[in-house]
This record gives sequence, C-alpha cells and structure tokens, in this order.
Amino acid sequence: MRPVNAEITEIIRETPTIITLRTDIELDAAPGQFVMVWVRGLDEIPMALSHPGSITVQRVGEATEALSRLEVGDSIGIRGPFGNGFEVKGEGRGDGDGGGGGNGEEYGDEKGNKIMVIAGGVGGAPLLPLAQQAQSLGLDVTILIGARTADELLFEEYFSKCGAFSVATDDGSKGHHGFITGAMDQFNLAGFDQFYICGPELMMKSVLDILQAAGLEAMAQLSLHRYFKCGIGVCGACTIDPSGLRVCRDGPVFSGDLLIKSELGKYHRDATGKKIMF
Amino acid sequence: MSSTDLSIELTGLGLENPIILAAGVLGTTGTSLKRMAGEGAGAVVTKSIGSEPKEGHPNPTMLKLDCGFLNAMGLPNPSYKDFRKELSIASEGGVPVIASVFGAHPDEFQEIILGLEGASAYELNVSCPHASGYGTVVGTDPVLVEEITRAAKRTTDVPVWVKLTPNVTDIVEIGEAASRGGADAVVAINTVRSMAIDIHSGYPILGNLYGGLSGPAVRPVAVKCVYDLYKALDIPVIGVGGIGSWQDAVEMMMAGASAVQVGSAVYDNVNIFSEITSGLSAYLKANDHCLDDITGLAHRKVEQ
Ligand SMILES: Cc1cc2nc3c(=O)[nH]c(=O)nc-3n(C[C@H](O)[C@H](O)[C@H](O)COP(=O)(O)OP(=O)(O)OC[C@H]3O[C@@H](n4cnc5c(N)ncnc54)[C@H](O)[C@@H]3O)c2cc1C
Ligand SMILES: Cc1cc2nc3c(=O)[nH]c(=O)nc-3n(C[C@H](O)[C@H](O)[C@H](O)COP(=O)(O)O)c2cc1C
Ligand code: FES
Repeated sequence: MRPVNAEITEIIRETPTIITLRTDIELDAAPGQFVMVWVRGLDEIPMALSHPGSITVQRVGEATEALSRLEVGDSIGIRGPFGNGFEVKGEGRGDGDGGGGGNGEEYGDEKGNKIMVIAGGVGGAPLLPLAQQAQSLGLDVTILIGARTADELLFEEYFSKCGAFSVATDDGSKGHHGFITGAMDQFNLAGFDQFYICGPELMMKSVLDILQAAGLEAMAQLSLHRYFKCGIGVCGACTIDPSGLRVCRDGPVFSGDLLIKSELGKYHRDATGKKIMF
Repeated sequence: MSSTDLSIELTGLGLENPIILAAGVLGTTGTSLKRMAGEGAGAVVTKSIGSEPKEGHPNPTMLKLDCGFLNAMGLPNPSYKDFRKELSIASEGGVPVIASVFGAHPDEFQEIILGLEGASAYELNVSCPHASGYGTVVGTDPVLVEEITRAAKRTTDVPVWVKLTPNVTDIVEIGEAASRGGADAVVAINTVRSMAIDIHSGYPILGNLYGGLSGPAVRPVAVKCVYDLYKALDIPVIGVGGIGSWQDAVEMMMAGASAVQVGSAVYDNVNIFSEITSGLSAYLKANDHCLDDITGLAHRKVEQ
C-alpha cells in the first residue's frame, strides 16, 4: 500500500519526552500492531497504535524529533497496520493452550482470565489498547508501569482505569523505588494466566527471566523492537536469531518461550545488519 | 518425494530443486537464509555484500503497489568482514549458499570474494553505481562487466554467476560480455527502474526518490530478457522477476531458464518454495516431462 495521508487533529503532551498525535484516520488494528509513519522528505519509522487513530511518540532522534515539532493541521503518511499484535486469550482466538508453565492446572477454571500488563516507558503505547480491550472483555487486569522518574510515567490515568494498578520509578519519585521487576515481587505470579510486556529490551529480558524462573515464560507475550526497513516482511532487516523470524511480520509480538532461546537481551542489529551488543 | 525428481545440476552445483531464494530478500542473516532453506528453497542467495558497512537509503525503502513492489534499499550490508559469520551459519541450511557481491571495480569484487570464502558460488551484482561518473551503473558497461567477471573467475574456483540489470537497451550485449569474461551462468533480471509519488503532498515516496520495480509487474519483462539471453548464450540462464507460482516458474523455464529465483513473492508466503516445487513436480508428472524438456521449450516451438 501507498502511505495514507493522516492529518494531525490534536497533540497531547503526555510526559516531558512523549507526545500523542491524534489524526483524522482510524485504523482497524489489533493491539500491538504497528504502522510505518512517514515524515515526508525525512524518514519512515515504526510506531505502535496507542488508539485506532493515534500514535504516541517518544523523542529519541531525528524522525521522532520532527514528529514532535508537528502542529495541528500538519500531516504524515501512514502505512499499515502491520504485524501480528497481541493475542488476547480470553477472547478465544488463541490456540487455547497457554499452560506451558508448571502451574496451569490449578488455575484451569479461569484460564486466560487473569492477566498482567507490564509496560516500561513508551512501551505503554501498544499496551494501552490491549489493557482497554482486556478490560472490556471482562478480564481481570493487573497493570504495572515503570519509568525513570514520575514525570515520565506514560498513560498513568488511562491505565489506572483498566484494573489493579502499580507504579515503579527508578529514582523512587513515585511508587516502588527501583526497576519494575522489583514491583513484581508483591504478586503471586503463578496466579496469572498471561503476561503482556513491552519496554526497553533489558527490562523485558529481566521480566522474562523472572517469569522463566517461575516456569511461566510460555505465558508471556512480548513486543520486540528491531530496526525496520520495509516493514512488510520482505527485506530481512529485522529478523532475529536463531529462528530467522521477522519482527515486522511474524512479530512484533512473540511468546516468551520463543524469546528466552533467542538473541533477546544479547544483541540487535543496526541498519547495516551488524550486530550491536546490549 | 514420490513425485517427479526436481534435482538439477547447475553450473556444477547440485540442487535438490531449481527454485532459489533471490538476492536481497530475507538474506541479511545466516539464520534467515537457513529458514528459507527450510522452507524448501533449492539454494539461497545472500543479500548483496560490499567491502564497507553500508546503511542503505533512508526509509521508506519499500512499498507494495497494486502491480508489484517498489524498493530502494540502497544495498545495506555490514561488509564482508562482518558477514563471514552469517555465511557459515547459512551453510547449515543444507542447500548451496550463493554469496551475492557488489563493488565498483574488479579489485573490489576480488577483495570481497576472497573475504567471503566458503560460498558455494558467487553472484556478481553489477547493478551498483559506477565508481567514476554518476547516473550509470557498472552493469550497463559491457567492458567493465567482462573485466569484473574475469577478475572474479581468476579469484575463485567455485561457479560465478552474473546478475544482469534490465535497465539497458540490449541486455544480450551485457550477457555476452559476462559470458566472454567466463561467467558460469547469468541471472536475469534485477529490478526495473521506477518511481512513485505521493499525490497528497507531491513528494516522491521512496527515501531515495526512485527505486526498482519487482513482483508481478516485471514478469513479462523478465520472460523476454531470459528468452533473448537463452537464444544468444551457451551458458545457463537463471530467471528471476515476478515469479510467485509454479505456473510462473514453468513459463520462465520455457523462455529458457535452467532454474529460477523467487524474491518479492515471499511477501505472500515464506513457504512459497515448497509450494512452487510441489506444483512444478505435479505438472511435470502429469505431462510426463522432465525439467530439460521445458527449459527453452518456447524456442523449440518457434523453430519448428
Ligand atoms: C514495532 C515497533 C513499534 C514501535 N512503537 C513505538 C511507539 O509507539 N512509540 C515510540 O516512541 N517508539 C516506538 N518504536 C521505536 C521507534 O520506531 C524509534 O524510536 C524511532 O524509529 C526512532 O527514530 P529517530 O529517527 O527519532 O531516531 P534515530 O536517531 O534515527 O535512532 C534512534 C534509535 O531508534 C531506533 N530506530 C531508528 N530508525 C528505526 C527504524 N527504521 N526502525 C526501528 N527502529 C529505528 C534505533 O534503535 C536507533 O538506535 C517502535 C519500534 C518498533 C519496531
Ligand atoms: C527488497 C529487495 C531487495 C533486493 N536486494 C537485492 C540485492 O541486494 N542484490 C540483488 O542482486 N538484487 C536484489 N533485489 C532484486 C531481486 O533479487 C530480484 O532480482 C528482483 O526483485 C526481481 O525478482 P522478484 O520479482 O521475484 O522480486 C532485491 C529485491 C527486493 C524486492
Ligand atoms: S523490516 Fe523488512 S523484513 Fe522486517
């Protein structure tokens, strides 16, 4: 597809580094799917949909900086939605077998009903529509969000309306003082049927390690970030080792048991295809 | 397989089937190439590799259009020094791995081939910009193509294939140059120069402004190039451009292809290789043909 023209209708300042751009288009996308956002004449980058017509952008470099400078009435090009998105088990569209972990039996009755959403930083963007969908399906939702500092907590207000809600900040300015993994201690993890995770890679790796220690890695769904070029599964820029799966097409959401045996947390590749260690 | 045997000998390489992964498509890493081997490709060609790391053109780098695909990746690659490891991982896939290499002059091709030792064959991508002078590519200059091919042949004992660009007046002239240089096969075609413009803004969509067309739109162009090359050359022609089904593969073979490559069609289905081989095999069986019967059949019909 050619990029669709999307006009900015509203700009919401979420945190000192993150804004949401609302546009005049609406895409029929599953939570966790992404779009390729074209800043004309500059670059095209992947962005999750935080709402059917919105993207939520953290300023990190040239293209995100340019997006942050846009004004209402400006427009961008959008291709998508692409990728697989999260699977909401309660909805019954999965394979039904989330019970790879050891404790599946005990909670068999409510399988898929109790979920934990773990968002680090701008990782909250694809997880907000997931949490909202899960809540509307009547699932029991627990949300953990983390950021460097209180000001950077994303979508606190929206997330807190979706279920039980806790916060962690690295500097202790709000909620649990320390990494989000520390805030997981207060929960009986085996009581959850599914975990949805997105955030900085090393945070995702630590969360997955904790889940693995509890035998729960197969119940985790993580949204991965790799360098995208084509975004449609042809060029091969975004493939991960050792499966050779394409993050843009077979992902960006992968199950924890696949990722535990992958390059996750070890390395990613830059635009040339060269490995960059974390 | 109970169906017809599709194994071929191509420039001295043994392939279990003649459906090959094309250069630059899912060929950036060893494990991705291995995955395509697992999906049934008879051989795999790597992303084109150069002498220095290259990020490629800015995004957008690829678009799906109604008629095909437009891309301007800009030959992103980590350089042969870094790609060596990927090549050896790719070899675990159990099918021949052809290293696609690009450079601006004969010495550069030699350096990269030496640096990527261990490939089953080398495919020379002569479609990159000329070292001296802008706007032309190496592959449009028959003298340079011959020199590069000869240099590559001197550098390695394994087969050397030369991949041709259709963006020339007469592709046969370039094919003949490659053949004189000692090429073991020619591969045709690379993408067809093209462009798309965003009507909302007037901006060319690709980061590089223009790029190359692939997919269904270019198949008739490729069929004609393969037809002409088969007629003129004594070395095998490998057909590529818009192949997405066994019928497309049969057509390309009838034009003269000894084997075919599949690129853009992985968009629809990465299992495309098995799909084409099983269709091809059933077709040959139903018609009591072997692959040799169909390669160049169109020429024999015309001569009759
Ligand atoms: C599936 C997916 C969903 C994403 N969703 C969001 C989101 O909702 N909100 C958000 O703020 N960010 C999101 N990102 C990250 C976002 O794409 C990068 O932050 C952005 O591309 C940075 O571009 P830049 O020009 O500002 O930075 P640059 O200075 O160009 O690069 C900074 C870093 O950004 C990354 N990056 C640059 N270009 C690309 C590219 N083409 N593909 C992938 N990564 C790139 C690289 O890791 C690079 O090191 C997502 C990434 C992916 C893969
Ligand atoms: C995304 C993409 C990247 C490509 N990269 C290369 C490359 O690095 N080297 C090369 O020789 N050809 C490259 N090609 C061209 C293909 O190998 C092939 O010749 C062309 O796409 C026509 O075949 P198709 O229609 O099956 O895709 C690329 C094509 C695409 C679509
Ligand atoms: S970005 Fe091209 S295959 Fe994923």
